[in-house]
Amino acid sequence: MRGLLAFAALLVAVIAKESFEGHQVLRIIPKDDVQLSLIKEMEDMIHFELDFWRDVTGVATPVDVRVPFHSLQSVKIYLETQDIEYSIMIVDLQVMLDEEQEQMVSVARAPEPRNTDSFDYTNYHTISEIYSFQDMLVAENPNLVSKIVIGQSYEGRPLNVLKFSTGGTNRPAIWIDTGIHSREWVTQASGTWFAKKIVTDYGTDPALTAILNNMDIFLEIVTNPDGFYYTHNNNRMWRKTRKPNSGSSCVGVDPNRNWNAGFGLPGASSNPCSETYHGPKAESESEIKSIVDFVKSHGNMKAFISIHSYSQMLMYPYGYTRTPAKDQAELHSLAKKAITDLASLYGTRYTYGSLIDTIYQASGITIDWTYNQGIKYSYTFELRDTGRYGFILPANQIIPTSQETWLALMAIMDHTYKNPY
Amino acid sequence: MGLRIIVVLAVLMGVTGSPTTTVRPETTSVDTAAHPNSIPEMAEETGQNEVFSEEEAAEDVMATGELNPNHYPAQRAAKVVQHYLTTRYGSPYRLFGLHRVHSGNAEDVGDSGRKYQLEISVHEIISNTTQKCSAEVFFPHGQKQESPQVQASCEELLNISTKAQEEALYQQYKMNQTLLSAQNLPDSHGHIEPDMKLLWHLGIVASSFIMLKESSENTLYNMAQVANITQLETEKEQLKFNCHTLLHDMVSQEILHWKLLFAWSPAEGVKVLQMEQLPHCQHCEKPPNTN
Repeated sequence: MRGLLAFAALLVAVIAKESFEGHQVLRIIPKDDVQLSLIKEMEDMIHFELDFWRDVTGVATPVDVRVPFHSLQSVKIYLETQDIEYSIMIVDLQVMLDEEQEQMVSVARAPEPRNTDSFDYTNYHTISEIYSFQDMLVAENPNLVSKIVIGQSYEGRPLNVLKFSTGGTNRPAIWIDTGIHSREWVTQASGTWFAKKIVTDYGTDPALTAILNNMDIFLEIVTNPDGFYYTHNNNRMWRKTRKPNSGSSCVGVDPNRNWNAGFGLPGASSNPCSETYHGPKAESESEIKSIVDFVKSHGNMKAFISIHSYSQMLMYPYGYTRTPAKDQAELHSLAKKAITDLASLYGTRYTYGSLIDTIYQASGITIDWTYNQGIKYSYTFELRDTGRYGFILPANQIIPTSQETWLALMAIMDHTYKNPY
Repeated sequence: MGLRIIVVLAVLMGVTGSPTTTVRPETTSVDTAAHPNSIPEMAEETGQNEVFSEEEAAEDVMATGELNPNHYPAQRAAKVVQHYLTTRYGSPYRLFGLHRVHSGNAEDVGDSGRKYQLEISVHEIISNTTQKCSAEVFFPHGQKQESPQVQASCEELLNISTKAQEEALYQQYKMNQTLLSAQNLPDSHGHIEPDMKLLWHLGIVASSFIMLKESSENTLYNMAQVANITQLETEKEQLKFNCHTLLHDMVSQEILHWKLLFAWSPAEGVKVLQMEQLPHCQHCEKPPNTN
């Protein structure tokens, strides 16, 4: 009611170009009939220019009145000398209207999408927008999508995983994660696009339909929510988690050095101030431990794809050692197929190979752990670009990046489905 | 041991794809390149062909001999060539990106360092053209960090003339009533206002001097963002700028902050007058540009 009145007042102000600077809204509570009639008399005091928002009704029922600045002192003296109780509801009406105006304008700039069809995939989003998207997707596709909270971030944010399943019990599954490094914004954006793509293509695309009729897909879009929030509100270039390190003023652990595979070996830093700090011990970060626990208890993951940016690379284990993975030949040829499919759309060139050969030696990384768990098809992507924009990839490249990457993902998922082990 | 090398070589050949040729394209030599040779081929037992145990040090034995163009040693050296070309020929209307590494070869030069020979394709971003280059990159191995030395010859590097546009921009900037200033190029969403793009390009060219100077076999530099670029009073026909730039090193994953003072004119190109690295400050965070 008050909002409506305030809006009406704003409208009047706009039309009449009137300012409510210094005006106050008082709430008066008449104690008895005498006070009731005294307040009623105020209505006739035209020179006060009072504007009753809530009229006099009965005893002990509040009366709300807007008092212009020039009348304030007189009105208050009148009330006080009569021993009439009042309180100040609005200290300065103009200030309140200005704030509301600002809020309305900002909401108008980015209206909340009402469904996942009106979600803006061509732009970057905040964590709350993505979390809302997840809930909407589940609500719109209750027979295909569910949300699992696998744990909490250091700062207490839920770690949400979308499960795409057409039934069965503990079917063989594919895992995809994006945003483990928070500054890699094209990845969370692509993850959002992938989620929508899956529900769109199920039932229409034969290849994806076949996969989902036999396997489940798990998708964690905001794998490092604390970091992601930080990139929006403090430092666009933040990579790590946001857990403080004891004995240091530097915050955060590199989530892609915190896994229990070659942990602490060359390829990670023991310095908390470093961007590749591995943490005090393996799985020290709840963001990582939660995935580990989930994967172990699931026990039937067949492919694990962890998505980063930038560099345009598709890589398989290992990162911590030059010893080739047992399945190197198959992983290599599948990678080649995947990046060929990727390039077919826009000509985007990817390099590929084992992580340690292609980019650098890195220890305690995701796919080394998942591979050692027996998840053969363990891959990591580095999406667009190759350094022109780097982490701050223009938003107009989100959809092309998602589309081409999807082709590579389909190649991997399809191969996983057709080559059970 | 021999069999293992043959197997690995076979894998490498298969992976490399197209056979490497050593026929150099017709080049308009910008820099004459001397080619010392006499390197014992494949006698290297400690090259990348060997399989190492898990305890190998971070300073692992770097690749020598023929390089896999997909792998990081050749890629890092090629990126240095990109920075070199940008410092030499870059302008608001000419910027380079590394398009592809076709082939590479690395050899030790005694104890003094390692030399890479590369066949690459370079992308000139503004004209959207790609051309082949042959280049040599020498990384000195000294006690203190020294800049790499680069020689490159590209097919038709300066074919597309940008002189007229540069001259026009130069005059425009000189006549500015208010000195130009911009922050966060690009912004968090990768966006740049059209009339700030050329300033961004200038910032990239100037930053390339730092990236070139700081490069080694253990780094891979790219621009992260121009945090701030401000035009100063024109001095002796040279436009001058102060610039705070953020560089990203892929290998350490660090964001390095540098402050630069540089000059630009179409005649002289970009000249860096002063450069200073700012301390890595975890608390130096300002709110990102919101749109």
